[in-house]
Amino acid sequence: MMRRLAPIAAVAALAVAPLVLDTYATAILTRILVYALLAASLDLLVGITGLPSLGHGAYFGTGAYAAGWLAVHVTANAPAGLAAAVVASAIVAVIAGSVCVRARGVFFLMLTLAIGEIVEQLAQSWHSVTGGSDGLYGIPAARLGATALTDVSAIAWYVLAVFVVGMAALRCIVRSPLGQALRGIRDNEARMSALGYRTYHYKLAVFVIAGAIAGLAGGLLAAQQRLVTPADLGFSSSAPILLAVIIGGEATPWGPCLGAAVVVILRDVFGPSLGGHGSFVLGAVFVATVFVMPGGLARLRRKGQGQT
Amino acid sequence: MPAWLDTHFISLLNGLAIGSLLFILAVGLSLIFGMMDVLNLAHGVLFLIGAYVAWWFAGENPSMLQFLGALVIAGAIGVLAGLGLSLTTERLARRSHLDQALLTLGLALIAGDALSAAFDNDVHTINPPPGLDGSVLLLGKAYPVYRLLLIGLGGVLATIVHLVVERTSLGALVRATVADRHMVLSIGVDDRKVKMVVFAVGALLATTAGVLGAPVYGARPGLDSTALILALVVVVIGGLGSVRGALFGALVIGEIESLGRALLSNLASFVLFGALAVVLVLRPRGLFGASTGART
Amino acid sequence: MTAAAPGAVLACTGLARAFGALRAVDGVDLSLPPGARHALIGPNGAGKSTLFKLLAGGLRPSAGRVWLDGRDVTRLSDARRARLGIGQTFQHSSLFLSMTAAENVALAAQRTLGQPWSPVPRTRVAVQRRVEQLLAEVGLAERGATAVGALSHGECRQLELAVALATAPRVLLLDEPAAGMSPAESARFAELIRKLPADITMLFVEHDLDLVFRLATRVTVLHLGKVLRSGAPEEIQGSAEVQEAYLGTGRRADLFLTDGDPGQPGARGAAEGG
Repeated sequence: MMRRLAPIAAVAALAVAPLVLDTYATAILTRILVYALLAASLDLLVGITGLPSLGHGAYFGTGAYAAGWLAVHVTANAPAGLAAAVVASAIVAVIAGSVCVRARGVFFLMLTLAIGEIVEQLAQSWHSVTGGSDGLYGIPAARLGATALTDVSAIAWYVLAVFVVGMAALRCIVRSPLGQALRGIRDNEARMSALGYRTYHYKLAVFVIAGAIAGLAGGLLAAQQRLVTPADLGFSSSAPILLAVIIGGEATPWGPCLGAAVVVILRDVFGPSLGGHGSFVLGAVFVATVFVMPGGLARLRRKGQGQT
Repeated sequence: MPAWLDTHFISLLNGLAIGSLLFILAVGLSLIFGMMDVLNLAHGVLFLIGAYVAWWFAGENPSMLQFLGALVIAGAIGVLAGLGLSLTTERLARRSHLDQALLTLGLALIAGDALSAAFDNDVHTINPPPGLDGSVLLLGKAYPVYRLLLIGLGGVLATIVHLVVERTSLGALVRATVADRHMVLSIGVDDRKVKMVVFAVGALLATTAGVLGAPVYGARPGLDSTALILALVVVVIGGLGSVRGALFGALVIGEIESLGRALLSNLASFVLFGALAVVLVLRPRGLFGASTGART
Repeated sequence: MTAAAPGAVLACTGLARAFGALRAVDGVDLSLPPGARHALIGPNGAGKSTLFKLLAGGLRPSAGRVWLDGRDVTRLSDARRARLGIGQTFQHSSLFLSMTAAENVALAAQRTLGQPWSPVPRTRVAVQRRVEQLLAEVGLAERGATAVGALSHGECRQLELAVALATAPRVLLLDEPAAGMSPAESARFAELIRKLPADITMLFVEHDLDLVFRLATRVTVLHLGKVLRSGAPEEIQGSAEVQEAYLGTGRRADLFLTDGDPGQPGARGAAEGG
């Protein structure tokens, strides 16, 4: 009973938060939600299917650029922006995934890293569309119907709503027959093949789904930040989000979200006061996690209960 | 001489120079990965360390002695770093290879940040030492002597590495471990010592590449990511644990980066991805990687 | 030794596989009629596991062909062959370690009975029923909710069989199904296999000659990648060349019986050679 109530209580608390917190804290909370959705989408690949991606930022960034570009050039309509984000990132994910999912384990990691960087380089050089290294700035506020989302609280609620929908979709997939098949591939791909599963197709499918949801999160980033830079696409985005999944706990319902909160707080809240050395602390936290807390934060409480 | 060769001669040579540098950088990564399944994501930061050592020790206009000194210091740091990395990842040897790779990532983040702190975020240029800073006329065009030296060095190092791997017993051990690590273990060889040697040498080559590359690329933040990615693409295309593969991959990528950018500018990134994709679709283990014939 | 007989469910002709200079499988012909209980035996290194992989599709042959119901499946992947009706168990239990016994079987059953692509959680009654039925059949009725890591070795082998049966295969390739089992477990396991539906065609590799002679209607002996002898169990037991292949030409009288009850302890010891 408690387990079912907890998420509802959490969402309720998050909904009330903007009314209670100041502007800065609300903005941080919104950022956390965006990255939490991104981390959860990555966990579908890493924790559930066993495909460790170091290039997930590419789909996040593609979604952000797509939503941003649409808002600047066509319409600031929020749902349209999200739709553009999802479609664009899904297309890139299909192309990249068709190559990447032929590999496994660390080899897959290498490929996703390389492709992520190539996508970032593309964003750097394609001035006309992406604005090059200056990024896509001056993105107008997203509009829901007639209202422009300029108020920090309004943005927070908008992001929360999409976050809930995205997380619900992810939880749904994880508990479905598809999710079970993906876990089977993670545990023993050879056996899945021997049982008649076309594992390549499943892996490609999850790669695209994860990429699309990452793109959705990217659309939210564009609405909140109103600026998209190549850094949102590349290693500086992909690495922390993978670390977030690991620190928080792979294949756990809320671990990746916790991890994302840790990463955002370390980098954005404490980073400036650490003299911009957020990366250092992140790296240190990560090394500590790997040695001291295998299984991440979420598993500290659930030690010995086995995996999802 | 055909017209296009004339126009692009410089780019072609640059491609060879970049390729040589990439080879020196990537061969260590390839062997470490091929042997131990450890993906050393700190490889890029080692390159950057080499570059910063060159700038810090040798300065912007180094004498030959200073430059050589920088090479020695960077080399020593490389060996120590390699041994350190080998020991730290060894502690995770029983866990997944992913954990080891991510550990090197965490260490790379720490090191990268430390370098930023120590050397600020400016771009530092280093000029080649006197004697190597001139140009030479090739086919009517002036070409920097230093880059020709790089091409030569690449060839020499490739030969040395090839001879060591193919003709010495250490090399045989390396090849055997790439082919079947468990078999090597079962004949009583302590693979940890072999791992330490390979890691140390690989790291040494990476820092050396950083120093050698300093007159071309300078020293600046972000160089570590670029170096890492290019090295990874070289290793993926060339195949794990293969020296020949690393050389071939390095030359191909070198030319794509040089000739490709000259001809296609922004589209060169597509060519890079395209090359990666084509190789992987046709030969999933890389062009020279070990093939087991299994239908995976 | 004969070419693919018409009506054979699974057959191979001239199947070969070389690893460099080593010819692990060197021109093997095999033919399984429907409902066959065919055993594949041979000393270690004879090529049995390699032959299995070639038949199931995990390995590409250097030469020769594999036929399923008269259809050439040589170029098909193992997943494709599985969908056409080949099921297999592995010598080293190949299970899904993060899941329970029931979930393992369900994952296999879901491929044919459930909707494996569905991204929406659903409980398919047909799958649940099949899982319960299979677990009961292999003797794991009470162990469905146990994690695989907590199962004993014998239970893992039983689960291995249940998983393979879950997709309702027409041909079952069993690679040393009773490996590592105690005599009592082995005997129970033999009963289990004996009770499988008669329309399933079975090819199994076993070192436990007890099991072989209890279950098989036909035995093929593999040696150095080639078929040494193929025939009824009694024929094989009495064959001098088979004994020689297992034991060399030294003293063997007290190890391998040339006549008498296959249930004698002596018959099992022969497998340790090669």
